[in-house]
Amino acid sequence: MPLPWDRFPWWVLILAIIALLIILATLFSNGIEGSVDIVQTYAEVFVFVLGGLWLTLQVTLISYTIALVIGLIFGLMRVSKNPILYAVSTLYVEVMRGIPLLVTILYMGFVVTPGLREATGGAIDLRGLPSAIIGIAVCYGAYLAEVYRGGIQSIERGQMEAARSLGMSYMQAMRHVILPQAIRRILPPLGNDFIAMLKDSSLIAVLALPDLLQMGRLYASRTFRAFEPYNTVAVLYLVMTLILSTLVRIIERKTAIG
Amino acid sequence: MGEEPIIVIENVYRRFGHLEAVAGVSAQIRRGEVAVVIGPSGAGKSTLLRCINNLEPIDSGRIIIDGVSITEAPNINKVRAEIGMVFQLFNLFPHLTALENITLAQRVVRKRSQKEAIEIGMQQLERVGIPEKADAYPAQLSGGQQQRVAIARALAMNPKIMLFDEPTSALDPEMIREVLDVMLTLAREGMTMVVVSHEMGFTRAAADRVILMDEGLIIEDTTPEELFTAPKHERTKLFLSQILHHTS
Repeated sequence: MPLPWDRFPWWVLILAIIALLIILATLFSNGIEGSVDIVQTYAEVFVFVLGGLWLTLQVTLISYTIALVIGLIFGLMRVSKNPILYAVSTLYVEVMRGIPLLVTILYMGFVVTPGLREATGGAIDLRGLPSAIIGIAVCYGAYLAEVYRGGIQSIERGQMEAARSLGMSYMQAMRHVILPQAIRRILPPLGNDFIAMLKDSSLIAVLALPDLLQMGRLYASRTFRAFEPYNTVAVLYLVMTLILSTLVRIIERKTAIG
Repeated sequence: MGEEPIIVIENVYRRFGHLEAVAGVSAQIRRGEVAVVIGPSGAGKSTLLRCINNLEPIDSGRIIIDGVSITEAPNINKVRAEIGMVFQLFNLFPHLTALENITLAQRVVRKRSQKEAIEIGMQQLERVGIPEKADAYPAQLSGGQQQRVAIARALAMNPKIMLFDEPTSALDPEMIREVLDVMLTLAREGMTMVVVSHEMGFTRAAADRVILMDEGLIIEDTTPEELFTAPKHERTKLFLSQILHHTS
């Protein structure tokens, strides 16, 4: 199926041309031998940060899965007629959305984790990855709760009424009628939040966890070279987000038809 | 027709802010009776109908379905399962096929097996005349077909009562017939029906009673013959002249 001209992803072409120009400029200004050196340096950086890349993906996937569950629970509470459930969920959403993720992560790492460890005599120890994952998941749980809420509220009232008139309970109607439709509608925003989370996971570098960004920083501080490691880190994040946003766009197109 | 009324409505009020949509309505409907509710828009017809299965909670008064008060019922879902409802805009579940629309509540509420639900579902689709559309999604069906699936969905629960909320007013004229035919057959089979509709042909052919509402009140409750030949109230005459003028 040929793409029409106005749908052609011109920005990909522009990106490719810029990349090509940078490579050519490097070749011309450094000569063949100099360029080989540069390629070797980048290869070295890449191998060095690769472990961090895996950690970034791991943290993102685990946090996102937890956030999906938190979001669903609090999203359902946000549309509940029960004033207590509604108040609790609104409080959670407003508080977590109002605090920068960086602050939440620092708070988890340096206030909550040591506090819990002390209070439980070391039984609950969230040091390292767990504290970072919980910090991100709790923050994004609030964002996703609002996405779920919007999705649920976008379903026509008649759907709930029809389900209830057949004798289904509220939760049965939610599960079998409302949520299947709502989730289809919110797939694109859920995908966008996944991309945002992938980028925001770089904030865990403040807890000295060896993710992609932290490995880049480590390389920079060891070799006193900033240019290559940060270039590599930026390009790796960009490649991942571009692939993901293309996926989201495909999903968007499919759900728009269906 | 049984002696005990299956629906008892006693002095029911339903308010929306300052507006009294239903302002003290009392009525009884016997088993097997077909009651058509008519009246100008905003008269409270649909609200009253929705009160019967508690989709619209009543502010005061009592509604008793087959001996169970809906406001005091331990489980309203059990009461609702006995009352089928057909909506003006069909309200089919768009993510499910016609057959799945009909089997869902059977499985979830009636706890029937998948096999049994499908069997009953197909019977109902045949009853409304579109078994060949079992695997079609609502978006692939015409309005008339969608409404017939919605009727089949309600009937599959084996309800004791069927409520119809303007079932033909969102349909193109050429599709009204097929839906009314299904309703007419249902009425002849002895189903208890409460129908909010201005289809006078259906009323003449099937109704045992016509209830005329205005401003939240029942102003006339009589047989179709009486209503058409000897209406008691001025407002009834005026209203009838308006709708009959339009439909004939």
